[in-house]
Amino acid sequence: MNRQATDEDRHVERSLRRAAIAPSAEAESAEAARRFAARAAAEGLAEIAYAPVESPFGELLLAATRRGLLRVAFPEEDVDSVLERLSRRLSPRIVEAPGRLEPARRELDEYFAGRRRTFELAVDLSLVGGPFGREVLRVTSEIPYGGVLSYREVATDAGSPRGSRAAGNALGSNPIPIVVPCHRVLHSGGGLGGYGGGLDRKRWLLELEGALTPRL
Amino acid sequence: MRTQLPPFQSFLDAHREVVWRFLVSAVGAVEAEDCFQETFISALRAYPRLRPGSNTRAWVLTIAHRKALDAHRARARRATPVAEPETVDRRACSSPPAPDDALWAAVRGLPARQRSAVALRFLADLPHREIAAAIGCSEEAARRSLHEGLTTLRKVVPA
Repeated sequence: MNRQATDEDRHVERSLRRAAIAPSAEAESAEAARRFAARAAAEGLAEIAYAPVESPFGELLLAATRRGLLRVAFPEEDVDSVLERLSRRLSPRIVEAPGRLEPARRELDEYFAGRRRTFELAVDLSLVGGPFGREVLRVTSEIPYGGVLSYREVATDAGSPRGSRAAGNALGSNPIPIVVPCHRVLHSGGGLGGYGGGLDRKRWLLELEGALTPRL
Repeated sequence: MRTQLPPFQSFLDAHREVVWRFLVSAVGAVEAEDCFQETFISALRAYPRLRPGSNTRAWVLTIAHRKALDAHRARARRATPVAEPETVDRRACSSPPAPDDALWAAVRGLPARQRSAVALRFLADLPHREIAAAIGCSEEAARRSLHEGLTTLRKVVPA
């Protein structure tokens, strides 16, 4: 049966290849993929949904599970490596689904505009290592807008008065900054301490909340 | 179990276009949407069990091939035997007809294995080995299906 392709064969092959380059396929498949991702996230088939969100700091990456907001990444964090880590630690079933992050986006917008003082979003602390780390972030979540605590106070409230350093580590690797307000934790002497997103942002957030007087 | 798999979104971005092209050629533009959704939902379900380093394109096209078969079977159940070929053509031409629509209508008229072999070869540019893997037959059988498909198309499509 095998024989050399004739000119006619090649004509059909050429037509097939030409037809294959339908220019609309790229855009149509992108739309279909968006519909798929939205549905997969809405039905819980994808465990993690993410979306980029504009903020005064630039583009934040938000990720959420069904339990709540899982991750807020600052613009300088590489999106691919953030997602790779989520894939490795929790689940590779990750899709881009802005609809699922819409409530978080809205609350963050209101917060940055000075119109929101408390977040009503549920958070998912799955990325936080260890019970002490989770307790530190839970205590931190309860610091009110405009208020501050010291690392030692947070450690004490989390059940370990000598654990300032461990508390500092837990806060430094807070996966949900801004929403879990680790920027409200300072040195007892009044120094700013550290911040995963950089001290300029910590100062900016504290000034927004009126906890710090703007420097002239 | 910890995996090294990339996030599903990367997999989706990498393969959405080839799956879309394959499905449009295999079932037509109208049914491609449903088949596309079902293909990636099945893929998403099974994804965490996929071995890192697998040929993910061949894997997702295998799923798409099966969904296309399901769609053809469902259509065969719905349509009366006489009306079917015409129905298929009309559906495919719902968007502005392209010059090669007649060709793809002819592709959709091929027996299932030939249809998939032709679509995988010319849309996905798959080598025979991967075509065989996707449609679940030997490499030799894949070659034969492709050849038979092209022979039929040559008769249908004027040079």
